[in-house]
Amino acid sequence: MLKQWQPGASLAILRQRSRVLAQLRDFFQQRQVMEVDVPLLSRATVTDLNIDSIQVLNASDAAYLQTSPEYFMKRLLASGSGDIYSLGKAFRSAESGRRHNPEFTLLEWYRCGWDEHRLMDEVVELVATLVPGIAVRRCSYADVFIQHLQVDPHLVGLAELQRLAVSASSQAWAKETRGNCLDLLFSVLIEPQLEEGLVLVYDYPACQAALAKCAEDSLGRQISRRFEAFLNRVELANGYCELTDAAEQAGRFAEDQRLRQQSGKAAVAADQHLLAAMEAGLPESAGVAMGVDRLMMQLQGADSIDQVMPFSWTRC
Amino acid sequence: MSNYSTNEFRSGLKVMLDGDPCSILDNELVKPGKGQAFNRVKLRNLNTGRVLDKTFKSGEQLEAADVMDTDMQYLYTDGDFWYFMEPETFEQHQADEKAVGDALLWLSEQDTVVVTLFNGSPLSVTPPNHVELEIVETDPGLRGDTAQGGSKPAKLVTGAVVKVPLFLDQGEIIRVDTRTGEYQGRVSAK
Repeated sequence: MLKQWQPGASLAILRQRSRVLAQLRDFFQQRQVMEVDVPLLSRATVTDLNIDSIQVLNASDAAYLQTSPEYFMKRLLASGSGDIYSLGKAFRSAESGRRHNPEFTLLEWYRCGWDEHRLMDEVVELVATLVPGIAVRRCSYADVFIQHLQVDPHLVGLAELQRLAVSASSQAWAKETRGNCLDLLFSVLIEPQLEEGLVLVYDYPACQAALAKCAEDSLGRQISRRFEAFLNRVELANGYCELTDAAEQAGRFAEDQRLRQQSGKAAVAADQHLLAAMEAGLPESAGVAMGVDRLMMQLQGADSIDQVMPFSWTRC
Repeated sequence: MSNYSTNEFRSGLKVMLDGDPCSILDNELVKPGKGQAFNRVKLRNLNTGRVLDKTFKSGEQLEAADVMDTDMQYLYTDGDFWYFMEPETFEQHQADEKAVGDALLWLSEQDTVVVTLFNGSPLSVTPPNHVELEIVETDPGLRGDTAQGGSKPAKLVTGAVVKVPLFLDQGEIIRVDTRTGEYQGRVSAK
């Protein structure tokens, strides 16, 4: 343990990290996207079933370290900020491993009046400024799922999904939700088979909409207007055509609450400021969050996040 | 026995999987941005020696395996079983050929070895990393040929056959690395 006082990243990697952070800021500066440094500490947090916030105390008031800048940024959008980005820290409890650190650097940006496909173009442009000539593939979630598993993820029954999840992992998945089974199958059986380079997967299942609008695809299947970007088979970014309907948002928070209760997780109050901002009017927009440490790992060919951060959790 | 949750899985931890004791080699957390976390775990089945890759839901538990590594003295063999003794308690254990495995090539009476007990019975035997054994059979030594050169097979007192330099003779004692079966050096002439 004596060597743990030293940084995990070499000085050469720290210099590259500094250059990448500057390049990212430059990318948005040139496009007239405003940087905003929103709070990391808030009384409210996300209700997602699978995202646990780190709870802290401000004097005797309960508060949370933010798992992403999303809610604050949407309150700025609703206030008329126009296009904005945030490049800062985010926190997620108990996420520690080769590709995870409980405190990580997140780049998140919103484009007013854009849809998710135009934003995917910009994700490609941004990654290409760091990796010129990178190979890019875009495909729908259904296409890539059918390609690898010969199952339509939008139409397959829950029992069949659970059966597939059990055979990919263990009995523990026999009663899992549709969304969690799909995530397991995608992560275990599809992600490792994705192409080298940047792969953008869009039209996620409706049950995984999170904060994206829902829609019907050209075949009449219920989808969410959500996309993910994978860089060399590693999940890099998650984006939405943003849900703007406050009532539907309140309904999704309530559904999260129900799922949390069903899984025996602590209740988390919905962020009333966000709902009020959406009532006032969130502009039509698309937004995306990208893991900067993951990006650094791929630029460096590093196999551990510890190698690209000054101090990962093991050294803190 | 107690249970271990995926977040307690560490390299070296012994757990039960499908009725067999396993040793955890590696545990990696995988967490899709919005999805349920899971763990990719590499384990060695201690019965078969096979390495397995398993995916567990995070928070899933496995029963601890009653597996203990114990230093014991090797006593003797009657041909069917090999007998070992715990030096503190003088308790004796008999191991069958499957448990002794390749270790039988290196066992000398009185040697201290590691006996891995599963539910109190020997599951495997690990010899010391280095042992000193007498050559009982080899071609006559070529005097003066102590520089690097060729090698020849030599049969040791335990029955193991190792490659040794040409200058060594029957009756000499050599040091061998039991993990690789390689000659390490001459200890002394008998």
